[in-house]
Amino acid sequence: MSAYDFLIAPFADYAFMQRALLGGLLIAFSAAPVGVFLMLRRMSLTGDAMAHAILPGAALGFLIFGLELLPMTLGGLIAGALVAAGAGLVARMTVQKEDASLAAVYLISLAFGVMIVSLRGSSIDLMHVLFGSVLALNTQSLIMIGSITGMTVLTLGIIWRALVAECLDPGFLRSVSALGPIVHFIFLALVVLNLVAGFQALGTLLSVGLMILPAATARFWTRTALSLCALAVALALLSVIAGLLISYHLAIASGPAVILAAGVIYLSSLLVEPRWLVLSNLPKHRHKVA
Amino acid sequence: MMLRSVLASSALLATTSLISPALADDPLRVVASFSILGDMVEVVGGDAVAVTTIVGRGEDAHVYEPVPTDAANVAEADLIFVNGLSFEGSIERLIEASGTTAPVAVASVGINVLMTDEDDHSDHSDHDDHDDHNHDEHAHDDHDDHDHDEHAHDDHDDHDHDEHAHDDHDDDHDHDDHDHDEHAHDDDGHDDHDHDEHAHDDHHDHDHGPEDPHAWQSLDAAQIYAANIADALCDLDADSCETFEANAAAYGEQLEALHQQYEAQFSDLEASERVFITAHQAFGYLARDFDFTILSPQGLSTESEASAADVARLIDQIRETGAQALFVEANADPRLLEQIASETGVSVSDTPLYSDWLSDEDGPAATYLAMMTHNLNALVAALVTN
Repeated sequence: MSAYDFLIAPFADYAFMQRALLGGLLIAFSAAPVGVFLMLRRMSLTGDAMAHAILPGAALGFLIFGLELLPMTLGGLIAGALVAAGAGLVARMTVQKEDASLAAVYLISLAFGVMIVSLRGSSIDLMHVLFGSVLALNTQSLIMIGSITGMTVLTLGIIWRALVAECLDPGFLRSVSALGPIVHFIFLALVVLNLVAGFQALGTLLSVGLMILPAATARFWTRTALSLCALAVALALLSVIAGLLISYHLAIASGPAVILAAGVIYLSSLLVEPRWLVLSNLPKHRHKVA
Repeated sequence: MMLRSVLASSALLATTSLISPALADDPLRVVASFSILGDMVEVVGGDAVAVTTIVGRGEDAHVYEPVPTDAANVAEADLIFVNGLSFEGSIERLIEASGTTAPVAVASVGINVLMTDEDDHSDHSDHDDHDDHNHDEHAHDDHDDHDHDEHAHDDHDDHDHDEHAHDDHDDDHDHDDHDHDEHAHDDDGHDDHDHDEHAHDDHHDHDHGPEDPHAWQSLDAAQIYAANIADALCDLDADSCETFEANAAAYGEQLEALHQQYEAQFSDLEASERVFITAHQAFGYLARDFDFTILSPQGLSTESEASAADVARLIDQIRETGAQALFVEANADPRLLEQIASETGVSVSDTPLYSDWLSDEDGPAATYLAMMTHNLNALVAALVTN
């Protein structure tokens, strides 16, 4: 098999592969920088929580309007915004920290979503409907993903300085500006937007993977926000291409293939770049303590 | 999940008491695992049964989630019908957990089981070396052609891009399950009418994937379903047995007539024209009966996710065969097939096919007979009329 057959032919021969590639690359372009800021803000697991939180909105959109992209997306966005705002409010108004309040609110939202799904009966696998496949991207999905990418890049550009400042020292931003909470919520909205786009493209809840894994990998190699974002985007693009080729050549479902490709890059970075291993945590020191 | 259909509720009111004294005037409380089976039981049982289904109209048994009323219905039942062939999945656990003492009758016992190499992922075992004829030895073979099977399998042979390690897939296990089903049936005392036992025995010699459970898509197999249902009902209500058997026989004639009618309609089609495309490979039995080949991107279950290789292969097959009939399934996600249609220039049929469930009572597939007629009409419209 020549390099052309291996690398180019799958995309040259099939329109669905071209669409998958375009959709995946667009997602990679916007999800990876969002993931970088999630990581820098120590919110890496928030992506997962929000991914569950949008279920009831998307499910309601489906129940009322059927298999229409827009209502399902808007429903997901509204549910995500409500959960983010609810968790933020609880965290600001009570003694509870943001992680606990988010966990509580998203679980309520998730249970609500599962209940809505079961009200409908099992006539259709709603999870499959909500979470499309990168192989089934129609023009409408591509337009939506493209708009979300554009919106994300633009918004990140606008709030960049505030985001970076808040990552480094949330207290500082709060002391010099009232914009802290606003920036926080705008950022959470970006997270939800990218999750919704990712659901269309990557099928399952794995869309969070393309957000977090490249960002976490980039952290092994570089430190500044800008270089982290650039590297994370590059790694995400690479994961999409590699994943689609793996799915094509080895007959593996595309969503897992893309995320596993990102996972392999993460693990190889971990091994190749050992200076980030914290040596004092290694087991050889334990016997001295014991 | 709120909508449990108590199918026979209206029929109940009109019940005339032909039923045995022991059961007083109460009809038999019968639970069927899904809507299609429920409809068959209702036809065969008539007024003497009150049918409840676990997976109701418009619901997919593959993604069924139980609710307590289902378990309660099962617990109170006099008789439970399941399809068998591993179709029920978690419903079998529900029946066990309900603590019911009612006999469980397997409707598919004795049918000519279709083997499939489609797994829930896309590697395939090699079919070239097995002998299709062994499948066809069941007793109900008035119009059972060996080449049907071969034709259906030709399609699969094209899939063999990856044969590794599939052979030691737990075939034995699957067959054991099936044996178990049969035993359960026998224990309940419905010793099998003359539909073969040996067809099943033959499978043990085989070296391929699990059984395709969607046997009701065969009008031939459905006649055996009806006979099995009558037998199981007779065991509980001997006094109405003649009625059950007469109903099953009349139903069988209707099914047979439908089969003949559409066989005649399809008779002018060349072998190369007998191809259609659909997502969920639930129509293997239909394809076997009428000599069709199905091109499909997914395996047996709606839960599986297609790989890029599956989709690419399907597109190649469509281009090679020139297949022009593409069906989405009622209530299923059409997006993948729509993309494939737009890439290959095939138009999507505006009539969706029904596979595993009946529609609402005013829908196009309100009964099993209506469903089969609907599906076959859709095929005629796409393949014969065009």
